Amino acid sequence: MIRRTLLASAAAAATLVAAPAMAQDPTEACFVYVGPIGDGGWTFQHHQGALAVKEEYGDAVNIRWQESVPEGADAERVITQMAISGCDIIFTTSFGYMDATNAVAAKFPDVKFEHATGYKREHPNVSSYNGRFYEGRAVVGHIAGKMTQTNKIGYIASFPIPEVVMGINSYFLHAQKANPDVELVVTWVYTWFDPAKEADAARAMIDQGVDVITAHTDSTAPLAEAAKEDGAVIGFGQASDMAAFGPTPRVASIIDDWSPYYIKRVGAVIDGTWEQVDSWAGMPEGEVVIGEMTDVIPEDVRAEAQGMIDAITAGEYHPFTGPINKQDGTPWLAEGQVAEDGELLSMGFYIEGITGDIPN
Amino acid sequence: MDLSSINPILLVASIMVSATPILLAAIGEMVVEKSGVLNLGVEGMMITGAVIGFVVAINTGAPLLGFAIAAVAGAVVSLSFGVLTQVFLSNQVATGLGLTLVGLGLSSLVGKPYEGMKAETLPKLDIPVLSDLPAVGQMFFSHDIMVYLSLLLVVAVWAFLKYTRAGLILRAVGESHDSAHALGYKVIRVRMMAIMFGGACAGLGGAYLSLVRVPQWTEGMTAGAGWIALAIVVFASWRAGRVLIGAYLFGGITVLQLNLQAAGMTWGVQYLSMSPYLITILVLVLISSNRAKGSHNAPASLGQTFHATR
Repeated sequence: MIRRTLLASAAAAATLVAAPAMAQDPTEACFVYVGPIGDGGWTFQHHQGALAVKEEYGDAVNIRWQESVPEGADAERVITQMAISGCDIIFTTSFGYMDATNAVAAKFPDVKFEHATGYKREHPNVSSYNGRFYEGRAVVGHIAGKMTQTNKIGYIASFPIPEVVMGINSYFLHAQKANPDVELVVTWVYTWFDPAKEADAARAMIDQGVDVITAHTDSTAPLAEAAKEDGAVIGFGQASDMAAFGPTPRVASIIDDWSPYYIKRVGAVIDGTWEQVDSWAGMPEGEVVIGEMTDVIPEDVRAEAQGMIDAITAGEYHPFTGPINKQDGTPWLAEGQVAEDGELLSMGFYIEGITGDIPN
Repeated sequence: MDLSSINPILLVASIMVSATPILLAAIGEMVVEKSGVLNLGVEGMMITGAVIGFVVAINTGAPLLGFAIAAVAGAVVSLSFGVLTQVFLSNQVATGLGLTLVGLGLSSLVGKPYEGMKAETLPKLDIPVLSDLPAVGQMFFSHDIMVYLSLLLVVAVWAFLKYTRAGLILRAVGESHDSAHALGYKVIRVRMMAIMFGGACAGLGGAYLSLVRVPQWTEGMTAGAGWIALAIVVFASWRAGRVLIGAYLFGGITVLQLNLQAAGMTWGVQYLSMSPYLITILVLVLISSNRAKGSHNAPASLGQTFHATR
C-alpha cells in the first residue's frame, strides 16, 4: 500500500515538471440558470453562490454556467452537453429542470447532479435542495403588519404552486399577528419575470389603497413602482437585497444565499464524500437572510423583527406554529403544533383571514 | 369582491401609461408593413431603445434626450435589417427574428453596468385649465409628454397615409412594388425610410418602458411587448385608428384584470388575460375568410422580396 502510494507520488512528481496541470485537475462545477444573471433577483443570487465557490476553492475549481435556459427540451440538451464536456457537479437552478436533470443523471452515473426546488431524486447521483423562504416571509410580514397605514397589504404572486402559497400564508399570518385589522390583497401575474407587468400589478394595488407591497417575482420593478409614491408605499427586496431602492421604498429584504450550500456540496465532490441529500435549509444554515432593515422602520418594530430572526435562527420558533385554521375555518394546526415539511411542500390552501381563492 | 375599491379615474390614467409603449411600437410597425415589409424584429428594436434611452438619461440627466437617442438607436438597428432585406434580399422573417436576438443580446451587453440604477423620469405635465378639470383632468390631462406624443403620432400617421402624396406612394409600394417601380418610384428607398421610421418608433416605445413605466433597466425587460405590438397591427387590420384602439385594449385588459384581482375577483381573470389574443386570431380568421374585404386590408406585397430586374 505504502509502496504503491510512493510510486504514485513519484509518477506524479515526474509528470509535474512536464505538465503541471496534469497533477491535479480542477473540479468542474457547472450551473444552469433559468433567467439572465442581470435579473437582480433569483438567478443573480445563484450566480453569487457560484462565484463564492470559486472564491472558496480558487484554482481547485472551475465554474461554468449557462444563462436563460428554457425549462423544457432545451434544458436536457444543455445539461447533457455540460455532462459530456467534463462537469463533475451540475446545479440546475429552477423547478422546471426537474425531469431533465433526472433523465440526464441516468446516463452519467459518475457526474453529480443538484436540482433546486424540486422533489425527484430518481438516481443516487441526484440531490435536491431548496430554501425555507417562508421564514423570511414571516419576518417581512410582521414588518408589513406594523407599518401599514391603510391596513391593506399586497402580494404579487407568480404561479399558484405550493412554494408561493406557503409564502403568502406565512406573510399574512405574521402581518395579522402584528395587526389584527390587516387585509391582504393577492394579485397573480403568471410570470416569474416581466418587469412591465410586475409594475402594472404594483400600480393596480397602490391605486386601490395598498401601501405595503411584497413580490414573489424576480425583478425589481415592483419596488420601482412603489418608489413613485414618495415614501407613502413601502416594499421588500425579493431573492436579492435590492439595496439600490433603500432606505425607502425598500425597507428590508429576503435574500436567498446559496453560497453555504454550494461551497459545501462542491467541497464534498473535491473530497470524494458527496452523497445524495434532500436539503431544505433556512435561517439557521444562513441560506435565508434578512437584508438590512432601514431607519424607515421604527426602532421597536426592527427589534421585534430581529427577535423573530434570532428565534428562527436558534430553532426556537417555527413560523407555522398553531393554532392556525384553514381559510374555511376548519382547524389545521392545534395550539403549539408545528407544520410538517411534507404538508408545507404540498400546501394548496389559504389560512383563515385571507380572502379570495387560489386559482387553478 | 369589492369593485368600489377600483377608482375609475386612476384606472384610465394607468391604462394610458401602460399602453403607450406598445402603441408607439405598433404604429411604427404598421407603417413598415404598409410599405410591404414584415419586420419581426420589433422586440429587438424596442429593447435597444430601452437600454440606449436609459444609458443616455443616466449619463446626461435628461430623459427627453434619452428618448431622442433611443429613437435614433432604434432606427440604426432597423437599418441593418433594411440593408439585409432590401439590398441583399435576405428573407424578411428570418432576418427579423435575427434582429430580435441581436437586440436582446446587445442590450444586455450594453446595459450590464447600469443594472439597479435609477434614472430621472419624465415629469407629468401640468396643462393650464385642462389639468385642473375634475376627474377628466386627472384621467387625460396629467400625463407625461410622451403619452401625448404617441397619440399625436397616430393622428400624423393616419393623415400622412390618407391625405399626402408621399403616403399614397408608400401604400402603392406596399400593394404592388412592381407597379410602383414601373411608375418610377424608388421602392427600396421608400421601404428603407419606412423601416427606419418603424425602428425609431419601437425605440421610443422601449425607452418609455425603461424611463417611465418601470423605470429602470433590467435585462430582457420588454418581455414580449414587441410581439404584442405585431399582434396589434394585425388586429388593427393595418389602420392607424384601430392601432390606437388595439393598443389601449391590449394594455387596458392587462391593467383591468390586475385591478379586478386586487379588488378580490378571482374567477375569469385568466380568460380576460387571453381575450386580446383570441380577438386577434378571430380578426385574422375574418380577414382571411372574406377575401373581397380582406384584400384591401393586408398590403398585397407584404413580406415579398423586391428586385428591380424582375
